[in-house]
Amino acid sequence: MGREGVPYAVIEKVKGAHRLYAVDPAAAGLGIAPGMTLADARARVPDLAAFDHAPHDDHVWLERLADGCARYTPWVTLDAPDGLVLDVTGCVHLFASETALAADAAARFDRLGVAVGHAFAGNPDAARALARYRPSGASEDEAVRRLPVAALGLDGEATLALKRAGLKTVGDVVVRPLSAIAARFGGDAATRVRRIVGAADSPLSPRMVKPPLHVERRFAEPVARTDYALAVLGDLMAEAVARLAEDQEGGRRFVARFFRTDGLVQRLAVETGRPSRDVALVLRLFRERIDALADPIDPGFGFDLVRLDIPVAERLDAAQLRLEGGAVAEAELAALIDRLSTRLGRGRVRRFAPRDRHLPEQAEFTLPAVEAAPPAAWPVPEAGEPPLRPIHLFDPPQPIDSVVAGVPDGPPAKFRWRRTLHEVARAEGPERIAAPWWTPREAPTRDYYRVEDRRGRRLWIFRHGLFEDGRPMPNWYVHGVFA
Amino acid sequence: MTESVASLSKLRRRLARIEGVRSRDVCARLTTGCAAVDGWLGGGLSRGRLHEVMAAERGDAGSVAGFAAMLALRAGAGRPLLWLRTEAAERRCGRLYATGLGELGLDAGAVLVGLVADDAALLKAANDAARCAGVGALLVECWGDPACLDLTATRRLMLAAEASGVTVLLLRMAAAESPSAADTRWRVAAAPSVPLADGTPAGAPGHPAFEIELLRRRAGPAGITWRVEWNRERRTFQQPAGAAVSGAVLPVAAG
Repeated sequence: MGREGVPYAVIEKVKGAHRLYAVDPAAAGLGIAPGMTLADARARVPDLAAFDHAPHDDHVWLERLADGCARYTPWVTLDAPDGLVLDVTGCVHLFASETALAADAAARFDRLGVAVGHAFAGNPDAARALARYRPSGASEDEAVRRLPVAALGLDGEATLALKRAGLKTVGDVVVRPLSAIAARFGGDAATRVRRIVGAADSPLSPRMVKPPLHVERRFAEPVARTDYALAVLGDLMAEAVARLAEDQEGGRRFVARFFRTDGLVQRLAVETGRPSRDVALVLRLFRERIDALADPIDPGFGFDLVRLDIPVAERLDAAQLRLEGGAVAEAELAALIDRLSTRLGRGRVRRFAPRDRHLPEQAEFTLPAVEAAPPAAWPVPEAGEPPLRPIHLFDPPQPIDSVVAGVPDGPPAKFRWRRTLHEVARAEGPERIAAPWWTPREAPTRDYYRVEDRRGRRLWIFRHGLFEDGRPMPNWYVHGVFA
Repeated sequence: MTESVASLSKLRRRLARIEGVRSRDVCARLTTGCAAVDGWLGGGLSRGRLHEVMAAERGDAGSVAGFAAMLALRAGAGRPLLWLRTEAAERRCGRLYATGLGELGLDAGAVLVGLVADDAALLKAANDAARCAGVGALLVECWGDPACLDLTATRRLMLAAEASGVTVLLLRMAAAESPSAADTRWRVAAAPSVPLADGTPAGAPGHPAFEIELLRRRAGPAGITWRVEWNRERRTFQQPAGAAVSGAVLPVAAG
């Protein structure tokens, strides 16, 4: 983030003023601290780079790190905005010791460029607090008692009240009778104190990632007929759809596996553009997929297990299912795209999206139609102008020969393309399109001309390179055909 | 004479009832915007039917595609356009350039292109697509004279189009005329454009201009040629400014 050596800070808008949310170690060393206004910070460090605080992105990043920590334990909780709590009870034996586990985690985080502080404790609240505040102490108990009262996680008022009462550390609070604490500072304070010393349980709700939905059917006797196995797939689909309906979800990707007794597995995968709970629709897509197989499904000695997985599912409310008018037509089109994509291949039914590039062949790209279209801003043609871009583009551009140019720098007067001689009646240009300066190779500049021959055919041709003395004559190409 | 005309129309109505097809007069019309053409077509092309567009010569593939795209834009009513092509057509004509389609007035983001391996797969996909009411207009492009594209195949496409109301345009590049159940058949060739009067440097190519010939028409006379130009701002065809109306040979005996 940021350029090497330049101190940077993350800013957010607080009550109309830009304040620093976080600073990097370099900036901290120069005397900048969170909470300062950006103006003050820039006065001290003029070349401070500022980036906007993006809490949502930070949260997503934290979730990804939590996913990575699943290698240590399945019990991972987020401690927003920048912490993770891992319950490693029973998991430490996988490493030589707690220290080794911590070292492994620290090394991995370091590779990602994330600096971490960690702490082990007997209960989650203590661990959380110890990792953040890092008090010194011979034992865990002692360290917990040295924690400042802010570590209890109470709201600002209660913490302030505790400080005013002269209770600066958790140790001070613990020696007081808890009933007095509860009476003066609230029941919440007492509960937190008990939790942090381990006298009470602190509930920890782990971030369990829902396993993908799957249903399967085993056969006592292997099934030798493919059509029966496919009928079973229909039953499995119905079961899966019922479970999807419970969770208000629809499937986007469906994978069917047929396990043979000899160990071979036949796998069929289909996908839909929109989440779906329609059994008939998905079965039709499976049938298309089966028809498109090079070899028919061979049961061998029989199937003994049929399994249906739904690895990708998305929210699908009952409200979305109620279709009226235009929505019906859209749903039909989506179903058609699914069917054609399944039959022809995912990449054979495509839609277009613009790209900000100079070279015409790179100015747009295609993506599979099953993927949702990103919001796109296509260039708007100028009113009154004839079309400046062709409707067909040749990839690669087609060479033309026997060019007779009127003027060396101008468009050709006659040329031969695809064994036809074209006599140019009208031409416009040149439109100079150069290769981007950051490409390592020196690609020649192209001078594009819109030409129309005597017959009325309009072509987009270009001269590949400039006409210079001493260099060989540049070549001409047809890049596209206009309407 | 009048009696035979009266009994002829009575017979036609009886046949229409037996066939169970909607009467042609009731069908919605797709106007081209050019008064001469629309007048001749009795209001315009029929929506929800199959129309064929052929290229006059191999070099006119761009004009055919452009003309069909413009008709599809007028037929689409804001719905996405589906363009099915064979690999052979893609190889010979070049790939579709959506920016160029946008320059003609289409919504480039609403164009879907399907690439199929051969003509049989093209027909199968076209039949499926013609039954889908969500498609604004369907363009089916093939190269050459495929054997499977015969009267039966075009009739099946026509029935599918009628059932769903989708206008289907069959683009045939480098093909000879063959029997077809299409409502109208056009031959399109590129025509020299009219130079623009305003500001643009003299000698620049103007708006796209075509010479379109109505080869065949299911219910009515045909055989007439027009020269039209495309107006992107109004998204209509128009008579090129300053050009004489070229009315070609009219059929001698009226139907």
